[in-house]
Amino acid sequence: MTAHRLPNGGRVDRAAPVRFTYDGKRYTGLRGDTLASALIANGVLEVAPSSYRGRPRGIVTAGVDEPNALVLVDGSLLPATTLELHDGLSATGRSGVGRLTDSTDSVRHDKRYVHCDVLVVGGGPAGLAAAQAAGRTGARTILADERTELGGTLLATKGFDLSWPGLAEFPETRVLSRTTAVGYYDQNYVVLAQRNTLWHVRAKRVVLATGAHERPLVFADNDRPGVMLASAVREYVNRYAVAPGQNVVLATTNDSAYQVALDLIAAGITVSAIVDSRPEPPAALVNQVGVEVITGSAVTGTEGRHRVSAVHIGPDRSIPCDLLAVSGGWNPAVHMFSQAQGRVRYEERIAAFVPDTCPQDLEVVGAANATYELAACLAEGAAAGARAAHLAGFGGGTAPELPPVPAESDSAHRPVWMVEGDETLQFIDLQRDSTVADIRRATGAGLRSVEHVKRYTTVGTGLDQGRTGGVPAIGVIAELLGASSPGEVGTTTYRPPYTPVSFALLAGRDRGELHDPIRRTAMHSWHVAHGAVFEDVGQWKRPHHYPRAGEDAQAAVLRECTAARTGLAMMDASTLGKIEVQGPDAGEFLNRMYTNAFAKLAIGSCRYGMLCRADGMVFDDGVVLRLAEDRYLTTTTTGNAAAVLDWFEEWQQTEWPELRVRFTSVTEQWATIAVVGPGSRAALTPLLPDLDLSAAAFGFMTFRDTVLCNGVPARVARVSFSGELAFEINVATWHGLSTWELVANTGATPYGTETMHVLRAEKGFVIVGQDTDGTVTPQDLGMDWIVSKRKDFVGRRSFSRPDTARPDRRQLVGLLPVDPDDLLPEGAQLVAGGVPLTPPVPMLGHVTSSYRSAALGRTFALALVAGGRDLIGRELLAPLGNRVITATVTEPIFYDPEGTRRDG
Amino acid sequence: MSAVLPEHPEFLWRNPDPRRSYEVVIVGGGGHGLATAYYLARNHGITNVAVLERGWLAGGNMARNTTIIRSNYLWDESAAIYEHALKQWEALPEELDYDFLFSQRGVLNLAHTPQDVREGVRRVNANQLNGVDAEWLNPDQVKEFCPIVDISPGVRYPVLGATLQPRAGIAKHDHVAWAFARTADEHGIDLIQDCEVTGFLRDGDKILGVQTTRGPIMADRIGLAAAGHTSVLAGLAGLRLPLQSHPLQALVSELLEPVHPCVVMSNHVHVYVSQAHKGELVMGAGVDPYNSYAQRGSVHVIERQMAAALELFPIFARAHVIRTWGGIVDVTPDASPIIGATPLANLFVNCGWGTGGFKATPASGWVYAHTLATGRAHPLNEPFALERFTTGALIDEHGAAAVAH
Amino acid sequence: MLLIPCPWCGDRDETEFHYGGQAHVAYPQSPDALSDAQWAEYLFVRDNPKGEFAERWCHNAGCRRWFNLVRDTATHQIVVQR
Ligand SMILES: Cc1cc2nc3c(=O)[nH]c(=O)nc-3n(C[C@H](O)[C@H](O)[C@H](O)COP(=O)(O)OP(=O)(O)OC[C@H]3O[C@@H](n4cnc5c(N)ncnc54)[C@H](O)[C@@H]3O)c2cc1C
Ligand SMILES: [Zn+2]
Repeated sequence: MTAHRLPNGGRVDRAAPVRFTYDGKRYTGLRGDTLASALIANGVLEVAPSSYRGRPRGIVTAGVDEPNALVLVDGSLLPATTLELHDGLSATGRSGVGRLTDSTDSVRHDKRYVHCDVLVVGGGPAGLAAAQAAGRTGARTILADERTELGGTLLATKGFDLSWPGLAEFPETRVLSRTTAVGYYDQNYVVLAQRNTLWHVRAKRVVLATGAHERPLVFADNDRPGVMLASAVREYVNRYAVAPGQNVVLATTNDSAYQVALDLIAAGITVSAIVDSRPEPPAALVNQVGVEVITGSAVTGTEGRHRVSAVHIGPDRSIPCDLLAVSGGWNPAVHMFSQAQGRVRYEERIAAFVPDTCPQDLEVVGAANATYELAACLAEGAAAGARAAHLAGFGGGTAPELPPVPAESDSAHRPVWMVEGDETLQFIDLQRDSTVADIRRATGAGLRSVEHVKRYTTVGTGLDQGRTGGVPAIGVIAELLGASSPGEVGTTTYRPPYTPVSFALLAGRDRGELHDPIRRTAMHSWHVAHGAVFEDVGQWKRPHHYPRAGEDAQAAVLRECTAARTGLAMMDASTLGKIEVQGPDAGEFLNRMYTNAFAKLAIGSCRYGMLCRADGMVFDDGVVLRLAEDRYLTTTTTGNAAAVLDWFEEWQQTEWPELRVRFTSVTEQWATIAVVGPGSRAALTPLLPDLDLSAAAFGFMTFRDTVLCNGVPARVARVSFSGELAFEINVATWHGLSTWELVANTGATPYGTETMHVLRAEKGFVIVGQDTDGTVTPQDLGMDWIVSKRKDFVGRRSFSRPDTARPDRRQLVGLLPVDPDDLLPEGAQLVAGGVPLTPPVPMLGHVTSSYRSAALGRTFALALVAGGRDLIGRELLAPLGNRVITATVTEPIFYDPEGTRRDG
Repeated sequence: MSAVLPEHPEFLWRNPDPRRSYEVVIVGGGGHGLATAYYLARNHGITNVAVLERGWLAGGNMARNTTIIRSNYLWDESAAIYEHALKQWEALPEELDYDFLFSQRGVLNLAHTPQDVREGVRRVNANQLNGVDAEWLNPDQVKEFCPIVDISPGVRYPVLGATLQPRAGIAKHDHVAWAFARTADEHGIDLIQDCEVTGFLRDGDKILGVQTTRGPIMADRIGLAAAGHTSVLAGLAGLRLPLQSHPLQALVSELLEPVHPCVVMSNHVHVYVSQAHKGELVMGAGVDPYNSYAQRGSVHVIERQMAAALELFPIFARAHVIRTWGGIVDVTPDASPIIGATPLANLFVNCGWGTGGFKATPASGWVYAHTLATGRAHPLNEPFALERFTTGALIDEHGAAAVAH
Repeated sequence: MLLIPCPWCGDRDETEFHYGGQAHVAYPQSPDALSDAQWAEYLFVRDNPKGEFAERWCHNAGCRRWFNLVRDTATHQIVVQR
């Protein structure tokens, strides 16, 4: 044992030494230690110097509030005071600043989602009593506590039997230790961080037993190593059996330090004096401790180099010591309560902000509710636990018997916010190195709000988010402004998380492949095997092109295009959205949604349709098939499938509930193969033995239900997005791959989305989302023909607004670069010839689609151009930084304008 | 030792009591209200002005935003006003004699799909022709500009390129507000805190003054600059505006040694991040979908945002979130602001900046001061009038280039 | 994370729902009869109160039905289900 490890007591395992390194030096601690207690056991109290002023600093706390003893472990910045010691731990002291390193983190982080009847946060006496009272009713109870062991302050209380609640006997009670409640959200949704698991708990009732945080005292050189919170000193001595000092002075504003003195004395540590701000501390306590109590006084300064060697009480008195234990009063830990939208009020008697009202279904008990005596904590906790269970439907609401405990006292506090001395050395926020002088400067600048002072001084913006320095700062502001009390100044807002949470834990497994679902078609494996290059379209992976050996993307696309226009090609079109629209009013419904009419569409026929938002802007398009009198199949763009279904359902349910029509997404039920090209009829004839594929028997924009040569039922449609003779074969998804292979065996060239885009652009067919951007009407696209004049539909009224009716709106046109080899970049802006190219240059529009065409033997593009239809035949310029491309405006159709090719 | 922030001035502002009447009353002491006050004095010599703030100055969205400043908007109308702002930003630290840490470190907007690429290129071209600095970067250039971005093709949404605006960057929001406030105060403008406007004094369709928690205050002209709370105020005057208030959340990490040299935004995976002067990572998400004035949002939005951040920046895995918060943003149907007259005489609005008004603060103040001083729109805010919703002449910044921050 | 009472499925997490904004805004009977200003009002203007707000939700990841409720936009408490 080292000199600093007490010979007996503590909750450490003396038979289990643990080796660790700190700042490159090797040390040994014990199982049950934190890094901080192990360092103290090795006589190390001083840690990294302060961030801004480089002042020596020491360990101040024994818990989550630690401002100084921060260490870097595996790239994570953590408080040494909560870091469980383990073999091989290697930590480096840091002055409050982390360092990210690029090492891959192999740790897996997970989320768990649970419901419970009663959630108790905090496993100190009040929380244990609450959990017991709730758990024994059979209510699903969760008790979460941030420490390694339950007990809270009882861990530092000698002689208390911690097995009393017997929580293990309640099958519906779950105890989560090492688990910190970090966020309290609406309707009792509480997020708990437990090492690598983030729990999301929805609780019917919550009992907050989050305890209280001891406040430091503010005086000159209060940051010197060896100044420590009294409760921390007690915890180090009682829980870890380490002595942070041998000769202690206690400075206090309340009763709690007296118990600390008694425990220190019992551990054989000298207590030289207690400095109590109160003129008349309770006589019983004074008599009981039997050391000098300097009443009505406060510490005003310290001495020492890297360690306190004496404390000053005013100019005249100095007491030697090697540790100054301070208790500036207690702050109920109202963070969770405040996050739950609870309001706090200032309580003069204990000089603290305490819980007041809260709209959520919770109760606050114990020290978090400013109830400090043990017996009262237990009683309050038990009553709240029983009540919570009862309100959640369990038990009669009566509290169980509680173990007997010794009486404690909590007489009135007397806060000391400011004392004489050099204010530039009176630290309020150790991490930010901010002092009383800074606060004085802030109020002198005219600042009245605590939020302003916080921002001016940066008090309370460190890792502990003002948990220690916050209220002392408010006290100082109140004094400087002459406010009646800190209550008049008010607090800053408490925000989640209560303690820092790693990005990785918040992200959980929502990373990499799992970040967003990947959707693959039934034929995906074939595409992979045939070397497809994929693009992301929504969540789908779609083949973009299929390069052959030695081919670049451009060559592949030109080859694929040629195959489709001159021979035989095929494309996986399964990702298009498909929605079945069923019911006697299906036709009427579609009439109201689409700009064109569907009610009279013949069964067995297809029609292209367009959807607008109510503002008249193009939303989606696709082909609609009429399957039966009361049944349609609509198709949507790949990216909008879900949005269109939502759209249909919203209008039907909220506007026209009287229409008898229902919707089902069948996107994933079908695999779709577009077989395209002049050779498609011949190639498919053997595959479709029951169908006469001739143009006369199987007309354009009709479909047939049939059976493939291999016995697979199929729906074949004569639709074409390329202008070529084409058949679209739809089969059940599980037949998709085999059917694809069947078609591929005919020698069809597979093509990807890029070829599809080129082919449709040659025909002037738009892609919603590429040639439109939410500001484009059907008329802008030159598609007046699709806008019915005879019926109302969603969006129609918007077309007659002054701006949508303007003749010089941006309209879809074609562009042919004057140099047929020049490829206009998609997104190029267009300007009129002759305008000077010095900014701001008036822009007429932009290129939406641009390709090299195999069929045309040149480049071409589609564009949206202001008044574009009137510019056909004129030249426009596309300035591209260092060069300008000149292009002629054309009709937006480049290939087979008469439509002669679609019938083969 | 850590980076130290510049010292604030010894004196910021008086705390005057409200007078009975002013020439101009500005409701809302956020960045826009304070900048408006400043430009009323600077550009129009009008100093008989009060800014009424119900809480503490610049405690609304001004205190909550992620401080991204850029002007690379798509449409001409937007580019004009935001670029005006950016030029003002470049001059303001000196003009206001306040080091508010304006850092032109460059903003990247990442593209993850071919459609993102098309939109990015379109915007870069438009920006260049509008005189806004803009470049298109390929993935390797992205990596060079911001080495910690993961550009490997294996990630769920690989980086296909990015737009870069080199002159864009960040500034320290509180300090910006204080810089405007201090100078406005020096001009004799009354900045009145803890003064909530609770009603309007009117004569028919003419507004004469405001009722406040500190008594009635008369004014010749009244300008609302209440961001997320504009609808509530307008409601007191019986006006309905095309605004919806939503929570927008953001967060910071602990202080970290410098790792992130610029600002990165990704619309597709919904994240934007920079590393502030002191060293904390500052990050924002998309809006929570529901209407709210509660200044907080839902946790899954933050979780989603963290996941997105780690997709782009695996190195952030071990950073910690130390604080999250929400502001209330006023969103218009076209994600562009509304600046100008209302149907009520003497009452003007400047609102709808939604998720992206910090960067516009100086220009917003400039044109709003002009509007309040002259009763007419400045050419820069003419297109942003309320009437556009009737005519349909929207300036649709999310339809076209969805990033509005 | 709001807890939203679906009238058909019971209480569910917000992530299962799609928000629909203000409730009770009907599609105009005859859009053609409206002035541009009235049509614009229908298209773009919705109430935006601080306090109780009758709003629409759709249980997208559940029964996919739309319903209305009244929620307080200042506290997020759900006041009534209608
Ligand atoms: C999380 C978040 C991140 C953001 N990130 C960015 C970003 O990176 N870049 C960017 O450009 N923009 C960003 N923004 C948007 C930007 O913050 C706002 O658009 C801008 O701050 C709004 O203008 P303001 O500063 O005047 O608003 P505010 O600061 O909100 O000012 C409005 C003021 O009006 C006061 N007020 C309200 N009602 C009354 C009343 N009845 N009487 C008196 N006073 C009243 C309020 O208290 C408030 O102080 C972000 C916003 C948020 C919330
Ligand atoms: Zn449901």
